Amino acid sequence: MAKTLYDKLWENHVVRQEEDGTALIYIDRHLVHEVTSPQAFEGLKLANRKAWRIDSVVATVDHNTPTDGWAKAEGTACIDDEIARLQVDTLDSNIRANGALAYFPFKDARQGIVHVVGPEQGATLPGMTVVCGDSHTSTHGAFAALAFGIGTSEVEHVLATQTLVSKKSKSMLIRVEGALGKGVGAKDIVLAIIGKIGTAGGTGYAIEFAGSAIRGLSMEGRMTICNMAIEAGARAGMVAADDTTINYVQGRPFAPKGSDWDKAVAYWRTLHSDDGAQFDKVVELDARTIQPQVTWGTSPEMVIGINEMIPDPAKEQDPVRREGMERALAYMGLNPNTPIAGVPVDKIFIGSCTNSRIEDLRQAAAIVRGRSVAANVKLALVVPGSGLVKRQAEEEGLDKIFKAAGFEWREPGCSMCLGMNADRLSPGERCASTSNRNFEGRQGPSGRTHLVSPIMAAAAAIAGRFVDMREVL
Amino acid sequence: MDKFVVLDGLVAPLDRANVDTDAIIPKQFLKSIKRSGFGPNAFDEWRYMDVGQPGQDSSNRPLNPQFVLNDARFQGAQVLLTRKNFGCGSSREHAPWALLDYGFRAIIAESFADIFFNNCFKNGILPIVLPAPVVDRLFMETLATPGYRLVVDLPNQVIRKPDGEAIPFDVDVSRKECLINGWDDIGLTLRHADAIHAYEDRRRHEQPWLYNK
Ligand code: SF4
Repeated sequence: MAKTLYDKLWENHVVRQEEDGTALIYIDRHLVHEVTSPQAFEGLKLANRKAWRIDSVVATVDHNTPTDGWAKAEGTACIDDEIARLQVDTLDSNIRANGALAYFPFKDARQGIVHVVGPEQGATLPGMTVVCGDSHTSTHGAFAALAFGIGTSEVEHVLATQTLVSKKSKSMLIRVEGALGKGVGAKDIVLAIIGKIGTAGGTGYAIEFAGSAIRGLSMEGRMTICNMAIEAGARAGMVAADDTTINYVQGRPFAPKGSDWDKAVAYWRTLHSDDGAQFDKVVELDARTIQPQVTWGTSPEMVIGINEMIPDPAKEQDPVRREGMERALAYMGLNPNTPIAGVPVDKIFIGSCTNSRIEDLRQAAAIVRGRSVAANVKLALVVPGSGLVKRQAEEEGLDKIFKAAGFEWREPGCSMCLGMNADRLSPGERCASTSNRNFEGRQGPSGRTHLVSPIMAAAAAIAGRFVDMREVL
Repeated sequence: MDKFVVLDGLVAPLDRANVDTDAIIPKQFLKSIKRSGFGPNAFDEWRYMDVGQPGQDSSNRPLNPQFVLNDARFQGAQVLLTRKNFGCGSSREHAPWALLDYGFRAIIAESFADIFFNNCFKNGILPIVLPAPVVDRLFMETLATPGYRLVVDLPNQVIRKPDGEAIPFDVDVSRKECLINGWDDIGLTLRHADAIHAYEDRRRHEQPWLYNK
């Protein structure tokens, strides 16, 4: 029978099938960061259990770490926030006590956002199950892997048993065909998808992204798309393996070598949905119609094209939705039936596990080159996703372009994506952000987040307001 | 984990769709390395007029009179009634920890985000999905009836209303068993250690690159 990619990944990892439909699923790669792991390691210790296969663990710190001031003190002593420092130090002692396949501690040249670091190290491979105590683990599905976020109890469960008790999701195919317009990229595709199916549209599904527009993307672009599958409600998003995937993986530190490589590639070539495979739901988008996207509200589904008007709640029939729209507009300080283009911004954030890879920085730098950040912009941040992305960008001179324009060039980490560290919005501030969540208070209490692509964020920095960057290109 | 069998609890209505985990427990509280003590900061940004900080005593902070959980009628509520896509956003288990610590043991909604839904079961909270018209009716009755309580009977999979109506609900057999017995699911899984070893042995042979460092 013709199988979907998801069927193949699922079936390959079933250890035991229970009668009620749940299954025991084997986990190949366990990514660990400081925020969702301390209680899991503590639970393991309290129950006197040992980690089942500690060499499945790849760990780093990202959420709490500052993105500047690294030189002012040794090690974690430069983290001013004591509670944050304790959490970073706790991961350190937990990894030192338990071990790991790889650990990139604070200030290591390879430290960074866990979803940037895993693929970059070749620790995420096609065909794997990848989990992490973080919802954006869906990112790794770009490698034809089954990757999803888990809670802390499940982190402990994976540490202790190398498995999870799970139930197979329904399958959804999202096919995006056609050529993308000028300046339109992966972020716009995924925001347009969420705008179409809604933030709960993918709940209960594993999504496979396919079609010529997806196949045409680099691995960076595919990661951007899968990263936001969770914003569409789907725990897992994935893309079939092809030459782009295999070329990206080859030669990375934890990628297979020698005869293992050939065996692995032969297997990876099977990681696609068979012709005629049946999905529970199919959604189609025409890439040619996708405009550069900007969110206007407090949920990623509240999104429009840069050339569109902010929607009017009065035209919404559903009372719960209408009230949600009214609340969002009040929170965001926006008026219905006015253009989103031209709305002034206070801060710019280029970073996060959605858009902090080298390609994102190159695209933003291409807009910024030779221009300067507008006077009304209080802060424009570029935060590379990892130490290695930072180094590569510096080798290419991107840091100089950003700095010359008035951007701050920071150390890697989650930074202003969630503002657990010092980088955040002040109340009422409006931010053009390349991150993935525009929830109330996400980037700082009463902060206003607009999700955009790196190109759109760079253009907003230069203009001091949202602009259709196709006018700048 | 505490057992969940039958709960007779006061209902609190949170009439919003897409309540995300950042709203349930804001990020500054995620820095804690403990599992407990998050209750005073559940819905922190909606509940208080000021911005909460970890480690702060919340008992003297100014409450937001507009926020429904601050209403005297709903103090001591154990059943949270809400709308679609509750718990969307991050995987933080701090969200169910905060709700549990606040006092909620059951959450009734039109739908839940997947990871949050899972996390509830791991912490002795029962999330129940009901159709929108039923949820609508429960909202109306909760608002119209001071002291409105529901009996959530997990073994029989029904919610009993004060007027005697019984609303049936679905729950996975294995999850139900774990809740009713308060079982530690790591212990349950480890009963299958042999199956896990057998699986690993086969994989080591078929896909050796996954095991070679
Ligand atoms: S960059 Fe943002 S979304 Fe990604 S892992 Fe960090 S906090 Fe989460």
